[in-house]
Amino acid sequence: MVRLEGLRKVFKRGTIDEKTAMDGLSLHIHEGDFVTVIGSNGAGKTTMLNLISGTYSPDEGDVYIDGDRVTHLQEHRRATYLGRIFQDPLMGTASTMTIEENLAMADLRGRRRGLRWGVNKTRREYYRGILRKLDLGLEDRLKDTVSLLSGGQRQSLTLLMATLSMPKLLLLDEHTAALDPKTADVVMQLTEKIVADNKLTTIMVTHNMNQAIRYGNVMIMLHEGKLKFDVQGEAKQALTVEEVVKRFGADLKDEALLC
Amino acid sequence: MLFSGLLNTIPISLEQGLAYALVALGIVITFRILSFPDLTVDGSFPLGAAVTARLMTLNVDPLVSIIVAVIAGFVAGCCTGFLNTRLKINSLLSGILMMTILYSVNLRIMGRSNIQLLTVETFLTPLENLDMNRFIPIIGFFVVVAFAFKFLTDLFLHTQMGLAMRATGDNEQMIRTLGVNTDHMTILGLGISNGFVALSGALVAQDQGFADVGMGIGMIVIGLASIIIGESLVGVRSGKKGVMRLTIAAIVGSVVYKFIIALGLRMGLAPTDLKMATGVMVILALGIPALKSEKEGKLHLRGV
Repeated sequence: MVRLEGLRKVFKRGTIDEKTAMDGLSLHIHEGDFVTVIGSNGAGKTTMLNLISGTYSPDEGDVYIDGDRVTHLQEHRRATYLGRIFQDPLMGTASTMTIEENLAMADLRGRRRGLRWGVNKTRREYYRGILRKLDLGLEDRLKDTVSLLSGGQRQSLTLLMATLSMPKLLLLDEHTAALDPKTADVVMQLTEKIVADNKLTTIMVTHNMNQAIRYGNVMIMLHEGKLKFDVQGEAKQALTVEEVVKRFGADLKDEALLC
Repeated sequence: MLFSGLLNTIPISLEQGLAYALVALGIVITFRILSFPDLTVDGSFPLGAAVTARLMTLNVDPLVSIIVAVIAGFVAGCCTGFLNTRLKINSLLSGILMMTILYSVNLRIMGRSNIQLLTVETFLTPLENLDMNRFIPIIGFFVVVAFAFKFLTDLFLHTQMGLAMRATGDNEQMIRTLGVNTDHMTILGLGISNGFVALSGALVAQDQGFADVGMGIGMIVIGLASIIIGESLVGVRSGKKGVMRLTIAAIVGSVVYKFIIALGLRMGLAPTDLKMATGVMVILALGIPALKSEKEGKLHLRGV
């Protein structure tokens, strides 16, 4: 489904701040996998997602999604392949626009946009239905602007938007990190449900070790732009926080990881 | 005395305010919808006037001359968009560059610094020859034009493409990940905006009976003043139907601005001080929220 081959990315090459963010990373993710990614700050987690989604191109190596080589495809052209959710709830939605307008825009992911009505009447009912399932009371607020929503509501809406048009791949970039623990839990459960219902291939970067262990069927750990560790299937189910800390504590300088 | 003075300024303010409303509408598209501070306006307004005036001295049909003027404005706006998105020139500088280039272009088009149209039959001549007070048909005409374009803008901004354009100004990163080429949206939006501005320039030239290379100076500030006045009167922030309020605010603001200016002139404001007064008005409107440290009053702009 997703194949990364020998990805290298160096920032500020030739300056005193030169940083090798990705150092020959290769990874193969199968269809339907839910991969959680951990690693301390600067390990290359977000760089990996940026390379997959096309925010920038790698210096070396290739990215394949669903068999297609997308290494140098522009970001907006990869939209049909993937949905992405960022840590900041403000990043996934257009705040001056209404809930239904945001959903309608996501509905057309990767397709031509013409001069038809942006929000279509039959789809509006569909949006109401899926919002009702969220159980956040948003189904009666279709015409409210998103700026009126809380962080958790916005992130839930972003999640719906990312999965509305069934991308082949869902990228979650610490998407619960900016929420309070209770809301983060709600959003995380919603994530798991949507991923399971739609059998989405998912890559979730997280700072929270518990989350990384509890969710998904594959866990990988990045360190200094390389793959340090990967575990899947039963071995992953049996994994505990203590064990990971014992084996890799030295590399996990990040305190947030251990909570 | 003052009261009759007030009454006298109403028709002329309406006529001018409605004729300039398209400038404010264009600025709403760039500043408010695209969050793009486009200064091309100072050049595209006289561009519209220059094109229409020159063509009419060549005996081209007035309507055709207006259409060509709109196309010229559209192209000028697209050029600014191209400078910004493809050549990665800062948004403010892109507009300033185009505005400067257009000054020469306008002189080239006209062949001199101004053209009189008083002896030529303009698009508005049939209306002026009607057997009634000239203000009635002229104001009626400008009301129809202003509201027709307001309505078209509202419709467009609710289409699939219009939503993508609004999202480009609101959250560029997000709409790009949804597969929209935001560069194209920026270029298109700037084109439409400057098309409106050129149309306004063309109509003003036909109405006043002349085109002058300097008639665009300070147009951006006048437009900004208009939308700020309009927004405060219409109450943009409180409403849910944001887009329609923004466009109506442009028209209302433009008329009220001209009214305030006409009033100012009557009360002794020197015409030479007009632009300073307008500038101070905009500074106050933009600056007061900052002094009160209200964050939401700040203008959100891209690429500045």
